Amino acid sequence: MSSANRIGFVLLLTPLVLWLGLLIIIPHIDMFLVSIRERVGRGVYETSAAQYLTFINEPLYIWTFVRTAVMSVLATALTLLIAFPVSYYIAKMARGRLQQVLFMLCLIPFYVSELVRTFGWMILLRETGLVSNLLQWAGLADQPVEMLYNDAAIMIGLVYTSMLFMVVPLVTTLESLDDSVVEAGYDLGGNGLSVLREIVIPHAMPGIVAGCIVVFMLSLGNYLTPTMLGGKDSLWFTEMIYNQFIVRFNWELGAAFGFMLLLLSSLIVWGVLKLTGRTLQETLG
Amino acid sequence: MIPTIPQPRAFGLIYGAYVALFFVFLALPLTVVAVFAFNDSQFPSLPWEGFTSNWFFGEERPQIGVFHERGILRAVGTSAFVATCVAVLSVGVGTTNAFLFNRYEFRGKGFLYVLMLLPLVIPGIVLGISILVFSSTVANGLWEAAEIDVQALRPGLLLVILGQFSFITTIATLVITARLQKFDRTLEEAALNLGANRLTAVRTITLPFLAPAMIGAVVVAFLMSFENFNTTLMLVGSDAPLTIAMFDRLKEGSTPLLNAVSLLLMLGSSLLALIVILFQRRN
Repeated sequence: MSSANRIGFVLLLTPLVLWLGLLIIIPHIDMFLVSIRERVGRGVYETSAAQYLTFINEPLYIWTFVRTAVMSVLATALTLLIAFPVSYYIAKMARGRLQQVLFMLCLIPFYVSELVRTFGWMILLRETGLVSNLLQWAGLADQPVEMLYNDAAIMIGLVYTSMLFMVVPLVTTLESLDDSVVEAGYDLGGNGLSVLREIVIPHAMPGIVAGCIVVFMLSLGNYLTPTMLGGKDSLWFTEMIYNQFIVRFNWELGAAFGFMLLLLSSLIVWGVLKLTGRTLQETLG
Repeated sequence: MIPTIPQPRAFGLIYGAYVALFFVFLALPLTVVAVFAFNDSQFPSLPWEGFTSNWFFGEERPQIGVFHERGILRAVGTSAFVATCVAVLSVGVGTTNAFLFNRYEFRGKGFLYVLMLLPLVIPGIVLGISILVFSSTVANGLWEAAEIDVQALRPGLLLVILGQFSFITTIATLVITARLQKFDRTLEEAALNLGANRLTAVRTITLPFLAPAMIGAVVVAFLMSFENFNTTLMLVGSDAPLTIAMFDRLKEGSTPLLNAVSLLLMLGSSLLALIVILFQRRN
């Protein structure tokens, strides 16, 4: 590298290092250090695993942790199931202008804030809401029905909120599937189901992996949807982090919770990538 | 399962109906939010009490419209300020990152690239608390060492901007890198042959080529910042951006005022998106 080149390199490297160092790496190390200390007196701290022991020994914490993980996996699976036929339709069945319009229609809801989308579901599902009134009008219910504040409402909200992040990668990978390959599958005696299983899904795998990872991350880290649509018993792990930090002011335990959430999401992302033999670069970049 | 292969009619009908149903599902929540912004009632729900535009222009209680509601207007201002700062910062750093990864081969490049992607897979709330913890460590350290109280390091707008910047920069970097990869390096060499120095060549040839991606990235960064909730929630001080202000009101119970704000948000962001699409078509 020439000296002029060297200066350019250093100038370009500096913002990257400052950004990642000061806003990502050091804060996370600091958060870990806070999570492994225990307050023993006024302003006096000792290194200990007390926070993690509290986390393991308190059934509510563990239960919420597991519940959040399981429901996020479920939300991801549901989103995939709902989005796949639609993405396939947009990518392979629709043609020309219709294809463009449908794809744009999928994007529009996500230009508006998640808060607005959640608010829309509250208006629809609450006791005085549209769905309840519709059911009464149709004679299916004889009094107002409360559909908000339960796990099903959370699930609807999560699936809705993350739909885009599944549809876009699916449409992109499915579009690159050559029609002649599908035709060849039929020529060789395949039927709809076997072509789907042996040609379409394997081809769409990169999109499926990318979509699932992003949707899972978004569901796991979601705070708004579970808070607004969920009831008293449907706690989400992010709510516990918020409570420890802002309400109880117990930063040590909150940091431990944050670290557990980070660990869980990293493990699942890593596991999915390992299982499908892909790298983070290919999947996100 | 492609148009060239005949399928039973019933299959086509059911498939089409499913796709139509999906789009109804997508449109439903946004439509009800928009419609109830015009309900002449204190609640954004049935029964329909008649049409009114008071939730936009109303000046008197109980129906004070968006344009006369100070709290909301101030929150919009705060959000716009934060989003502008985040957009400028993240596109700036995103551009230098793109040049770094596109133009230089160095040891640890692959590792740095993965590190650069990480903010996208860290839950927003964890990003928020880690920055909160670190900034307060620094603030406490400064206080103990020199008795300097740096208010900027306590929850507030600076932290909100830094928190959003920390992950939006990754997206800006990806958008700009994608465009830079399509750039024909020989154009820059031609400029050098014609006597330009490296900086002039980049300024007059490469940057104009990158402009559509940079403007696209500015808009995306602005929208993401405006909409951001999770990271902001953990870092916010007394000046609440719009999403936080609306969340606080929603917890207390909603009036159609929130619908009106939401409708304006939808219009605003669609307009921005439209401008970008038109702009990119022209180029």
